[in-house]
Amino acid sequence: MTIVGTSGLVLNEKLLFEHSDPGRKGYSLPKLDVPAAELPSDLCREEIDGFPELSEVDVVRHFTRLSTWNYGVDSGFYPLGSCTMKYNPKVNEAVARIPGLAGIHPATPSHLAQGTLELMHRLQVDLAEISGFAKVTLQPAAGAQGELAGMLVIRAWHEARGSKRSKVLIPDTAHGTNPATASLTGYDVVPIASDGVLTLEEVEAHMDDSVAALMVTNPNTLGLFETNIEEICKLVHERGGLVYCDGANLNALMGIARPGDMGIDVMHFNLHKTFSTPHGGGGPGAGPVGVTTELIPYLPGPGVEFDGEMYQIETPRADSVGRMLAFHGNVGVMLRAYAYIRTLGGEGLKHASEMAVLNANYVRARLEGVYDLPYTTRSLHEVIFSDKDLEGGCHTLDVAKRLIDYGYHPPTIYFPLVVKGAIMIEPTETESQEVLDEFCDAMIAIAGEARDNPELLLQAPVRSRVRRLDETTAARKPKLRWQETT
Amino acid sequence: MRYIPHTTGDVTQMLERIGVATLEDLFVEVPESVRLKRPLDIQEPASETELLRELKALALGNATPETHKSFLGGGAYHHFIPTVIDLLISRSEFYTAYTPYQPEISQGTLQAVFEFQTLICQLTGMDAANASMYDGASACAEAVLMAMRLTRRKKVLLSKALNPRYRGVVATYCRYLNMELVDVAVAADGRTDLEDLAAKLDDSTAVVVAGYPNYFGVIEDVAVLAEKSHEHGAKLVTAVAEPIALGLLKSPGELGADIVAGDGQSFGLPLAFGGPYVGFFAVRQKDVRGMPGRLVGETTDLEGQRGFVLTLATREQHIRREKATSNICSNQGLCALMATIFMSLLGKQGLREMAEQNLAKAAYARKQLSGIKGFSLVFDGPAFNEFVVRSEAPVAEVLSRLEEAGILGGIPLGEDYPEMADCFLVCVTEQNQREEIDALVAALQGGAA
Repeated sequence: MTIVGTSGLVLNEKLLFEHSDPGRKGYSLPKLDVPAAELPSDLCREEIDGFPELSEVDVVRHFTRLSTWNYGVDSGFYPLGSCTMKYNPKVNEAVARIPGLAGIHPATPSHLAQGTLELMHRLQVDLAEISGFAKVTLQPAAGAQGELAGMLVIRAWHEARGSKRSKVLIPDTAHGTNPATASLTGYDVVPIASDGVLTLEEVEAHMDDSVAALMVTNPNTLGLFETNIEEICKLVHERGGLVYCDGANLNALMGIARPGDMGIDVMHFNLHKTFSTPHGGGGPGAGPVGVTTELIPYLPGPGVEFDGEMYQIETPRADSVGRMLAFHGNVGVMLRAYAYIRTLGGEGLKHASEMAVLNANYVRARLEGVYDLPYTTRSLHEVIFSDKDLEGGCHTLDVAKRLIDYGYHPPTIYFPLVVKGAIMIEPTETESQEVLDEFCDAMIAIAGEARDNPELLLQAPVRSRVRRLDETTAARKPKLRWQETT
Repeated sequence: MRYIPHTTGDVTQMLERIGVATLEDLFVEVPESVRLKRPLDIQEPASETELLRELKALALGNATPETHKSFLGGGAYHHFIPTVIDLLISRSEFYTAYTPYQPEISQGTLQAVFEFQTLICQLTGMDAANASMYDGASACAEAVLMAMRLTRRKKVLLSKALNPRYRGVVATYCRYLNMELVDVAVAADGRTDLEDLAAKLDDSTAVVVAGYPNYFGVIEDVAVLAEKSHEHGAKLVTAVAEPIALGLLKSPGELGADIVAGDGQSFGLPLAFGGPYVGFFAVRQKDVRGMPGRLVGETTDLEGQRGFVLTLATREQHIRREKATSNICSNQGLCALMATIFMSLLGKQGLREMAEQNLAKAAYARKQLSGIKGFSLVFDGPAFNEFVVRSEAPVAEVLSRLEEAGILGGIPLGEDYPEMADCFLVCVTEQNQREEIDALVAALQGGAA
């Protein structure tokens, strides 16, 4: 077995502030070519206390060293379930940096912004085609903000019809953002149980005239297709509600089935998942939202329209829920996503989804029997195991930490909440059979170690720059900033 | 497909191992009735060369500060971007990593965020800052929601001199939360009208929100705003859309602000037609547990080494679910890293020098413009790098004449302020050379005569 992880020379690095030396400079500005000006002195501060003073070399070396303490998709396999950590194509980075695209001010008049507006419009149209919705807005900055936009649209639709519904149904497999979003739109959350997939009966039991919407994720967070989705949507509609879909798992379905064709009314996309834009250690993402024709008037915006000759920033619609961000959204992220779609084409997108599902099922086939598989229905893009069969007093967390020693980013753990000790593996389509085999060999070896030598897991990781960190003290006595110790 | 490594042979072997005959068999759970029975209608794939050629050609349809002399601001600013930033964030260990859920292999991101939090605290004069928000406007909206939670009150006073896009996002976020949004008028000096504020402030007011500098480039008297707000038990949120100003101005923290929400775009981020930018959010120590967003804290590992982790997660959506302080999950991490690198390079001296240059250039432009017949300055309050110009000729005509001279002269204010339909907002930064300012003046003189 080839073990990817090994030890090497890693360099220590202090905090910026601990490097600082008065008088050092890391910048150069042109000489001021106009007379100096002054503000009334009572408006001005003294120097910024604690701000660093560093040379350019100090700064470059500092952040280069920090980067080596990280693990990215470019470092290796990153099977973080529900996050779709696929390869981030390099040409997309070049696209976002084309000077005319990177340098344009958001208040530039439309007729002088035709390049960016056309690309945004093309992306709106492509996303609508991929998802089966009538119209897409690109403005939301991330999945959670897309959810907020979508739920605001749902509420606006209800209000416009004089309907005063107050509740939202959310299955127990939902992302944590879903309940938080429902609250932000002033709705009460009613959690509903699912047994792997949502049943018509369960929805029927809760779906009354106080319910504004059902929020689903399809495929859900167990990696399973919601097989009753059409009947469920029909029922919710008959009873006066709407269906929101969290599109985080769209990577399983491109070119295969479209949420808009299933009866879903609103869905957000995660461009930083399905459409290959890098996650940046926490963001930026982008969370466009697609809706049915009936909901178009309420979309946030303004978006981009084409009148046959010119691309324009739309005039805000009277019934719109308003704007989500100061400007037009995370345009740099949109450009990367467009480059991805343009590179793959329709067939390529479908191929990507097929290979993503193939990879998840391959991992499942290799690990089934070694790890407990709580749901045996055919998986789509991700597969969920549990730590139930793990020996030696080891748990999911220990497997995750031991995987680090083997050179892998751990899967998502302890989510979804419906599986105790969940290990959620989403390989994505960009990993080869060899990589998956090496990973599965590591997972199997770890299960063996748990049985024969559990300390290897319980002490893990030992090869990383730091060992397990004391999160309890961090939360109990929060130290959220550096301060000079005198 | 160059991003997908599977050969036909691999696929066959893998299907065999799974125990199914075809790829189609993997999708048995997707009902026939919802299957897409045609290919997606999307343009044919483009090769790398074709893609770049096509997009570079489209980019020529854009006007930028490289093709035009630009005086556009209004919440997004053309500033110096040190070369170092893009090269460092292109280290793919940074940009291809996820949120640092596994701290042992995410110390690079975590330490950088800890440094970002510290720098934002130093800059704003506050005690604690989060790991970033989407942008200044959404950070401002989150600040309003936080103030509502802290005070358990529902009335929000928004200065009309606060960036109208920020006001718009606040309204979107508050739309269905039974809150009352009230505008506060602008005084003749361009600051928030204190009399109108006094008339509207009462014991049901949760929060007062003002820009610093405000949308018209004018520097608000934050100390007075804080004092008035606090007299009624309301919180003061200062929104900082142009943080370069804080290189020179007293920090909002020093002046009594309760929450500082702002945008870090000026700190080394490209204009990119509006995003991705980075929101920052800073509070007082006592309110830390009520703030939205991710937080990184210092701790130690098993061997006593210093390390960093995500902390106080019990405020957040994945733990608290519907009772969370916000629904935010992904933030603008890489943009926060850019701002961190920018602040590290500029440092104590650089940020001040840059702020002084902005102040000087804008003052010079203001002086030159004020002498042109047919144009006048609207506000006389102390200003940073933006100011409002009133024009006797229709604003649209003036701006389009400037365009013909290769100048993006400013943002017309009529759409957001109907009473200021004859005004436009001009921004001058350290990037505008004296010749550019002189060219703007000459073009305006030429037309007004």
